[in-house]
Amino acid sequence: MQLSKADLLRAYRMMKTIREFEERLHVEFATGEIPGFVHLYAGEEASATGFCMHLDGRDKIASTHRGHGHSIAKGCDVDAMMAEIYGKKAGLCGGKGGSMHIADLDKGMLGANGIVGGGPPLICGAGLAAKVLKTGGVAIAFVGDGGFNQGTTAESLNLASVWRLPCLFVVENNGYAEATSSKYSVSCDDFTDRAAAYSMPGIAVDGHDFFAVYEAAGEAIKRARSGGGPSLIEVKLNRYYGHFEGDAQTYRGVDEVKNIRATKDCLMLFRKRVEGAKLVDAAELNKIDADVLAQIENAVKKAKAAPKPTAADLMTDVYVSY
Amino acid sequence: MARKITYQQAINEALSQEMSRDPTVIIMGEDVAGGAGTDGEQEAWGGVLGVTKGLYKKFGDRVMDTPITESAFIGAAVGAATAGLRPVAELMFIDFMGVCLDQIFNQAAKFRYMFGGKAETPVVIRTMYGAGFRAAAQHSQCLYPVFTHIPGLKVVMPATPYDAKGLLIQAIRDNDPVIFCEHKVLYTLEGDVPEEPYTIPFGEASVVREGKDVTIVTLGRMVHMATDAADNLAKQGIKCEVIDLRTTSPIDEDTILESVENTGRLVVVDEAHPRCNIATDVSALVADKAFDSLKAPIKMVTGPHVPVPFSDVLEDLYIPNAAKIEAAVRSVMGKKG
Repeated sequence: MQLSKADLLRAYRMMKTIREFEERLHVEFATGEIPGFVHLYAGEEASATGFCMHLDGRDKIASTHRGHGHSIAKGCDVDAMMAEIYGKKAGLCGGKGGSMHIADLDKGMLGANGIVGGGPPLICGAGLAAKVLKTGGVAIAFVGDGGFNQGTTAESLNLASVWRLPCLFVVENNGYAEATSSKYSVSCDDFTDRAAAYSMPGIAVDGHDFFAVYEAAGEAIKRARSGGGPSLIEVKLNRYYGHFEGDAQTYRGVDEVKNIRATKDCLMLFRKRVEGAKLVDAAELNKIDADVLAQIENAVKKAKAAPKPTAADLMTDVYVSY
Repeated sequence: MARKITYQQAINEALSQEMSRDPTVIIMGEDVAGGAGTDGEQEAWGGVLGVTKGLYKKFGDRVMDTPITESAFIGAAVGAATAGLRPVAELMFIDFMGVCLDQIFNQAAKFRYMFGGKAETPVVIRTMYGAGFRAAAQHSQCLYPVFTHIPGLKVVMPATPYDAKGLLIQAIRDNDPVIFCEHKVLYTLEGDVPEEPYTIPFGEASVVREGKDVTIVTLGRMVHMATDAADNLAKQGIKCEVIDLRTTSPIDEDTILESVENTGRLVVVDEAHPRCNIATDVSALVADKAFDSLKAPIKMVTGPHVPVPFSDVLEDLYIPNAAKIEAAVRSVMGKKG
């Protein structure tokens, strides 16, 4: 699949924005200023980006606890996301959702989800709506290796197959469901082994390689859009931080993350490839790095300064009418 | 023009009229058509009790049989509601909510609030509840208090064919998630129902019978038990005001409080188990806001704190009835026996 230079720059900016957003949150969380639970997506950027680069306004995604990357990739406003995570009224959800419930339905982002395995049934519904209303849209459930063991996921794979829905089920296998290895908790060697049980293609892809993800995603999305039904895609990748911020990660190898960062980092691999092939100058990518740093700095500054919700906000937004 | 049809026919008619009016209304559930994929009849059932019979013939693919996977299809209805459809999903028995509750109370109910007021989830979940079919512990419960507890859901339970049609049309047109609870014993009940579509607003109780001595607040099938009791009590000179809540979320506090302020006595009748049910909820409301009006302690008539039993003798003992309601009313009137 050919990517124009503009696409390459867009992909890099998307991945870099997610990375800086998460790296900065890691630092800010440690100061104690961010309330609640935060689950960072750093290390997994090529997955959200590789899929969402193919999507447009017709398409819907559902995410997981680890939802910041998907949100950014689907076009959610970065300032509003940051304000949300700080619990501010200017936040994407008015400070009522926080990190685990970041959503923007206008952008087709049906929400990060506090319930492991919460998203796949919703994505069947979004796919059904696209099919019934003939929008041409597709719907993607991003699920972790923990969530992919949930009954909701199994039921949804079956339903999507039976109804031939324009859905993708993407298992982002970072090797750990909380603190439990997928080697222990997953019954098969590869999640793609399960695809045959639901009569759909199962594709495994290296999630450190943006181009591999982009290609696999493109084929599955094309198939879904043209009425070919759902696909299961396993993206094998790594998370750079704990299950949540504050997780001491004593279950991980001593230099595990350090080694992955040094050898498999998706941003590093991307740069190596496009610079090596002389598709993009390093200077252009450096410029994006600088832009993104400034953007995140600005987002944090604004989020910190923004007012919190007031007592008047407590009881609103429960119902459309009551 | 009104004619007599059953509760079940009223529900079917509401669905049919709304599907004709609005192409985004779809139906999904286990055997809502029945027969999908078989060589036999393609609308063999029309729902396990035939409530949706005829709709598949009329609306084809907009009436969708599902696998028996409630999490997936209830969740799909919720997801589709966020994406432009107005699904009416049938959860065959309310007892099955345990296998899909997350999609209802953590997803559908909370989207609007969690997402800062930006989500609309116009989904209706129709479900059958209540004892009386000798269907035993896993097919007979009144779990509407569980849904009533959850902010973000609306909970509706019609007692008559007229209310069934008007409340269901309202539910389908409503932009919030609605749990629509149908009592299985009432499906064959006949009543006057206008042919043309109409809506009944949520949160407006129906004063089924006026009276000055005792207020009986009730809902669902128990409305009929309460009016039977009120008939008998009238012969003894005790005038009961019977209030059918029609919806438990929102709940019509004003009608309850006004009535109790007039009568000074309250009996609440609820088929559900006695703890944390609608009877306790209404009792707490009155104790909190109209205590000074009370001339006697509040009495509650409910099912007991046991699972619904199978044997007819035991199930009949389980279900509140007119005699139990009469005894409660006589008690608050200070009469023995």
